[in-house]
Order: sequence, then C-alpha cells, then structure tokens
Amino acid sequence: MSVVIVGGGHGGASVAMELRRNGYSEPITIVGDEAVLPYQRPPLSKAWLKGEVDESGLTLRPLQWYVANNVTLRLGTRVQSIDRDRRCVTLADGATLQFSSLVIATGARARCLTMPGANLDGILMLRTMLDADRLKQSMRAGANIVIVGGGYVGLETAASARALGANVTVVEREARVLARVACMPLSKFFTEVHVSHAATFELNASVVRFVGDTHVRGIELADGRILSCDAAVVGVGAIPNDELAQACGIACADGIVVDAHARTSDPHVFAIGDVTRRPLERYDRQVRLESVPNALEQAKHAAAAICGTAVPPAEVPWFWSDQYDLKLQIAGLAFDCQEIVVRGDMATRKFSLFHLKGDVVEAVEAVNAPVDFMFGKGLIARRLPIVKEKLADAAVPIRETLA
Amino acid sequence: MPKITYVSHDGVRRTIDLKEGLSVMEGAIHNSVPGIDAECGGACACATCHVLVDREWTDKVGPPSDMERNMLQFASEVGPTSRLSCQIRATKELDGLVVHTPTSQQSAF
Repeated sequence: MSVVIVGGGHGGASVAMELRRNGYSEPITIVGDEAVLPYQRPPLSKAWLKGEVDESGLTLRPLQWYVANNVTLRLGTRVQSIDRDRRCVTLADGATLQFSSLVIATGARARCLTMPGANLDGILMLRTMLDADRLKQSMRAGANIVIVGGGYVGLETAASARALGANVTVVEREARVLARVACMPLSKFFTEVHVSHAATFELNASVVRFVGDTHVRGIELADGRILSCDAAVVGVGAIPNDELAQACGIACADGIVVDAHARTSDPHVFAIGDVTRRPLERYDRQVRLESVPNALEQAKHAAAAICGTAVPPAEVPWFWSDQYDLKLQIAGLAFDCQEIVVRGDMATRKFSLFHLKGDVVEAVEAVNAPVDFMFGKGLIARRLPIVKEKLADAAVPIRETLA
Repeated sequence: MPKITYVSHDGVRRTIDLKEGLSVMEGAIHNSVPGIDAECGGACACATCHVLVDREWTDKVGPPSDMERNMLQFASEVGPTSRLSCQIRATKELDGLVVHTPTSQQSAF
C-alpha cells in the first residue's frame, strides 16, 4: 500500500497533508519537476515580484514536515510514464515506484506564443518561482515592459511592475481585459484603475512579431505599430499537463476527466487541480478551474476517497486577485445570468457585482467587499433567493437582503 | 524568537518559536499545528485561520482592522477576542502569546 503523487505544486502537497490528516499511515511519495519544496504560486505575480516575501514565505510546509510525516520528496525529476496494469510509475532516471493509489496533480503550463521572434531572450512567462525571478530582474524602475494578455496574470504583473516603477503596456486581443473571467463592468473598472496608475492598454490588438536580434526590443502589432520594450511578459492562458494521463489511456478532454471525488476513469487513479476537468453540481456542467481553492477542495476529496473517510462537503468555486490596493474576490460562475446587480458605488472602489438568474445569485465579484463575497458565497451554495432592490442598496445590511 | 502557544478546542497546547515578522497563521502552518486551515495563504480573503486570543493578551495583540472584523463575521465560534491569525505578526512584545483554535474553520453563513 502506498500513494504516489505526481506533481509537487500546491495541489500535490495538499493531498499529502490531507491523507495524513485523515490518518493514512502508508508511505507517500511526491514527484515534482521543480527542485524546490512545494510552494504557493499566487503570490508570484504579487508579493514575490515586489520583493515583499521570500522563499520561506511561499513554502507550504518546511522540509521537517515531510520527514516527520514520512512523505518522500523526489524533486527535480519527472514521471515519464504510468503503467496502470502493474500500478507503477517510471521516473526520468529510470526508477520505478509502486502505488496502490496514484494522484495526478501536474497542473497546467503557460501557453506559449508561436509568432516570429517568440523565442527571443527577454520574453518571459510567469508560472514558476524561476520564471518570477527572471521577471523580477527585468522590472527595474524606468524599464519598459510590454505584457501580452490582459488576464489575471497580466494585470497582476502590470500592477506589480507599476509598483516597482516600470512602464507598462498591456496588449490584449479582445476588446476588454479579463474577457474570459470577469463581466464587462468589472473589466472596465480594472482598466480604469490601471490607467489611473499610468499603465497603458492596447485593446483589440494582436501581436504579429517580436522584434530584436537576440533580446526582445519591441513587439509589432497587426496595425503595423511597434511598441518598444526591454522585456515582454506573455500571459495568454494555460494548458493542462494531461499528457501522462492521455498516454496511459485515462479519459481526457482538455484536462483529465474526473468525478466529484477527483477519481479518473481508472478507479486507482485520482487527479486534482488545474489539470482536471471536473463536474460542478451547482452549475450542472464540467469545467476546468485554475485556482488554488479548487485544488484544495479536490485534494480533500481524493484523500477522503483513498482513506474511505467521510466525503467532504462540495464547495462553491472561488478566486481572488490583488492589484494595487484592491482585493478582488469572486465566488461562483456566472453561467447564463440575466442580470447584474451592483451593490455599492464603483467609484469608491468598494463594491460588488451580483450575477442573478431570476432572484438567485449565481456568482459575485466583490472588490474590497469581503462581507459581500462571503455572504454571496453562502447564497450561491444554498440557492437562496434575494430581493434585488435590497441587494442593490448598500445601506441595507447584506443579511437582510434575503427574500 | 517569540514563543506562541496554540491551544486546541480539546485543550492540547502546542508551543512554537516564531520568527519576528511572520504571522501566527504561518507559525501554525509551518509547524503543522492543527486547527488552522489558511486556504488563501494569508491574504485576509477566506476567514479559515480564525483564532481566539487568550484574554491576557488581547490588549497587546490589539483589535482587528475593519476588513478583518468584517471577515470574522463568517468564522465559526467567534468571540470578543477573535482575530484572523494571518493578520497577527510576531513581535518581541508578543513573546508568550496564547491563542485558542476553534473546533472548525468551516464558514458560518
């Protein structure tokens, strides 16, 4: 009996912690391709870039924890293949590890651009601590940074770059930033906030070429303009690392397909985190979520299934982002919503946007409004109807908005 | 280094040394003190690192910020000395601090 965890990120380490918390006493091995102890990625684009936190501040557990809990770390190496019949994995160095249960927590990787010049030096991604270190070196005061992609990674990086005094231009293919992950009013709000911090935007703009001999000096847009830069950051989405699962015949569909308990099409193999396509009962659909809370929820489910302990409660998906002095917290997903109720005044930078289907909240986007976020999360989970007029009036305490 | 003692809901005491500047939440996580989840990693965004500060220490620890106070409405077993442990940083003055962890970090609606 033993558990092998493929992937040494937040999800992988969390499975080990949950297994031990549930009383699992057999050996656990984590195989991770980064040579450092499992750490938190969210601060990389924020506190880490700004130099406000060091490596020990990101590390999830100190080395002593793994030793004391009989969790073997095989870091700086990769699993090469999974043999489901013999229930073993083969590592890059040829070693094999037997498992009774396998947990795949390989995450996602940053999507690369392929246009001419995309391999020049100074074109950076942000996924790992090493990436973030490279980026940090480029973010000197007065440096010109172009950020390709106006998603969370792009905007958080832009906010950190501005805080460090670098000049920033964000190039986004769509007509608005956060197009995939936030509603129109929130996109507009964040654009205005960034503009007020002297970041520049090029919307509806696509990059056709990176300019430079060995090091990037600029990017050429489809309209022929060249934006000069000292470094470019590419944050254009992530691709699930599901190749290992595909290669051994586990069902995948842009991510490893799992059930509500993180089990794959093979009952001995679980998968958690960014790499999975998971059911969301609350929304009656399969989704791939890139977020820490999602990985933690699935880690609890996988550990409970392996240990045969009580099934943990289903959670409402949630996300957060810190930019400048703004704390954005999102709960739920706004599928097929008919209406947005604004609570609070967006101009004060403290408000929330409730997405409704009828009089039921499906999602909430809260800026510097943690109470709305927390209460909204509860409303979403319980499908409790609200009174729109009360919800729209920030003077009415949120607990009194229920129908 | 300041010593911090965590008392679990069933009375088990665990004392750790916490480097100045680190949070009481980080002390619990790094030393595997059970009873603190800290899902958001210290961003004051989830209310799963709730502790009750021992009454002897409330003056020295001080009150929560407005945002923290608001988040605390959603923690369970909240009392007059409740704080989010990610928002309490270790200092010389807090050497000997005692905090109590609740039965659960499940959010109260």
